Amino acid sequence: MNELFDIPLYQRAILATLIIGFVNGYASAFVLLHRSPLKLTALSHSLLPGVALAAYFVGLGVLSAFFGAVIAAVIIGVLTVLLSRVTKISDDTVLAVLYTGAFAVGIMVLLKLGSNQDLENWLLGNILGLSDFDLWMSFTVGIIAVALLSLFRRAIVIKLYDPEVAASLGIRTRLLEYASFAVLILVLVTTLQAVGCILAIGMIVTPAAIVRPYISSPETLFPLSGLVGAAGSALGLYLNIHFDLPGAGASIAATLAAMFLISVILRSIFTK
Amino acid sequence: MSHEHHQLDLTGVGFYYGKKEALREVGFSIHCGQRLALLGPNGAGKSTLIRLLAGLLPLQSGSIQWRENSITKARREIAYLPQVDQHQRNFPIRVKDVVAMGRFPHLGHLRRFRKIDHEKINEAIDLMNLGDIAHRQIDQLSGGQQQRTFIARALAQEAHVLLLDEPFNGLDIESRCHLSDSLIELTKSGHLIIASHHQLESVTQIFTHALVLDQQQVEFGEATKVMESESVKQTLHSCHPHAHERAL
Repeated sequence: MNELFDIPLYQRAILATLIIGFVNGYASAFVLLHRSPLKLTALSHSLLPGVALAAYFVGLGVLSAFFGAVIAAVIIGVLTVLLSRVTKISDDTVLAVLYTGAFAVGIMVLLKLGSNQDLENWLLGNILGLSDFDLWMSFTVGIIAVALLSLFRRAIVIKLYDPEVAASLGIRTRLLEYASFAVLILVLVTTLQAVGCILAIGMIVTPAAIVRPYISSPETLFPLSGLVGAAGSALGLYLNIHFDLPGAGASIAATLAAMFLISVILRSIFTK
Repeated sequence: MSHEHHQLDLTGVGFYYGKKEALREVGFSIHCGQRLALLGPNGAGKSTLIRLLAGLLPLQSGSIQWRENSITKARREIAYLPQVDQHQRNFPIRVKDVVAMGRFPHLGHLRRFRKIDHEKINEAIDLMNLGDIAHRQIDQLSGGQQQRTFIARALAQEAHVLLLDEPFNGLDIESRCHLSDSLIELTKSGHLIIASHHQLESVTQIFTHALVLDQQQVEFGEATKVMESESVKQTLHSCHPHAHERAL
C-alpha cells in the first residue's frame, strides 16, 4: 500500500489535499463566525456558470475561472438584493431560486463544452488529476488567502461579533465584508478542481465545526481549523486510496463529516 | 484623568431616513464629568442621535463639535455601547478578548499588542471588577456583567465620551444599582456619559442632565429642572402614563 505513495500522482494528490485542506479549514473559521454556510452553498453553486462561461469564451485557466466565478457571484448577489427588494420575497428564497438556476445553466454549458467526464470533474472534483501547475496555483492562492485572513483577523472578528461597534471603532465594515467574500471565492475556485463545487462546501464549513466545541477564542479557532482541515482531508484521501474507494473528493467530505460527529460525541462524553 | 474642560457642542442637528424626518434642530452643549439622559417616546430620535454621535450615521445637517473640532476627527475618544443583546450570540469569545477590542483604534489592523495595550486592558478589567471572569465566555455572563465588559472595552479604548443605548434594559435591580454607581464613578474620573433611558423615575438619581426629544428637541438642561417642566411631563407621561405615580 505504502508503495502507492511513491508514485508522483499520489504524492501530488496528498500535497494538494494538505494545502487545500488547510486553506479551507482556515477559511471555515470565518464561515462559522459569519454564520453563512447557506450563503456559501449558494456561492459555490453560482460559481459554476461563471467558470463554465469563462472556459467557453477564453479557455479554462485558474485566472479565467476566478474572474468568471467572481462575475457570476456578483451578478447573483446583486440580483438577489434587487429582486428581493422589488418582490418583497425573502432574500434567502430569491437566492435559492437564482443559485439553482445559475447552477443549471452551468451544467448545460459544461455539457455543451465537453464530455460527461468533464462535467463530473467540475461537480465532484478530480484531485488525482491535478497537474503541477494546479498544485502551484493552489499553494499560491492558499498563501494569499490565509495571509489576508490573518492580517485582517482582528478587524474581521470585531466586525463579526458586532458590526456597529466595529464601525464605531473605525473599521470599514462593508469593505471588509466584500473583501472577505472575495477571499472565499478565491479559496472556492481552487477547491473546485480538487473536490468539485458541491463537496467544496464540506471542506469550507466542516473543519471549524469540528473544532468549535473545544475552543473559547477566535485566536485559536482559525489556525486549529486549518490544521484539522488539512489532517481530515489527508486522512480522507488516504482512506480512499487504501480501501480503493471511488471518488476521492467524496471520501474527504465524508471523513470530515465523520470527524464532526466524533467531535460532538466526545465533547458530550467529556462534559458529563 | 480629568478632562472636564472637554466639551461636546451640537448645533442645529437634523437627520432624515430617506424622506422621513427623524430628528430636527437639536442643539446643546455638555462637557466631561456630566451624565446626560436622552429621553422621549419610541421613535423620538434617541437612537438616531446616539448613532450620529457614534459616527454610524452621516451628519446631514448642523454640526457636532468635540473639543472645538469636528467629531469625525475624534473617533478614538468616543465609545459606542449598544444594547447588551445586540451582539452575535454563541460567539466563541472571552471577556478579555472583548475588552481588547477597545485597542483597535490605537493598533489598527497590523500593529501587534504592546506593553501599554496590555496594561490598558488589564486596568480596564480591574476597574470594572472583571478580574475573576476575564477568561469566561461573554455569553455565560449576566446582562450586568456584559454591560460592565462593554464599559471596560470603552475604558481600554481610552474614550472620553461613552454613548450607551438603553444600558439599563433587561438588568435586574442589583445590576441596575451597580451600573448607575459605575456611571457616576466614570464621570468623577472625567468621562462624559450619554445614555438613552426609559425609566423616568430614576433619571434624577443617575443623570446630571436630560435631553427630551420628540423628533425635535423638547427640552435640555439639568435633570431636576427638566423633569419638572410641564412640556416635558406632557411629552414623557403621554407615553409612560404611570411613570409619575411610580416616581412618587
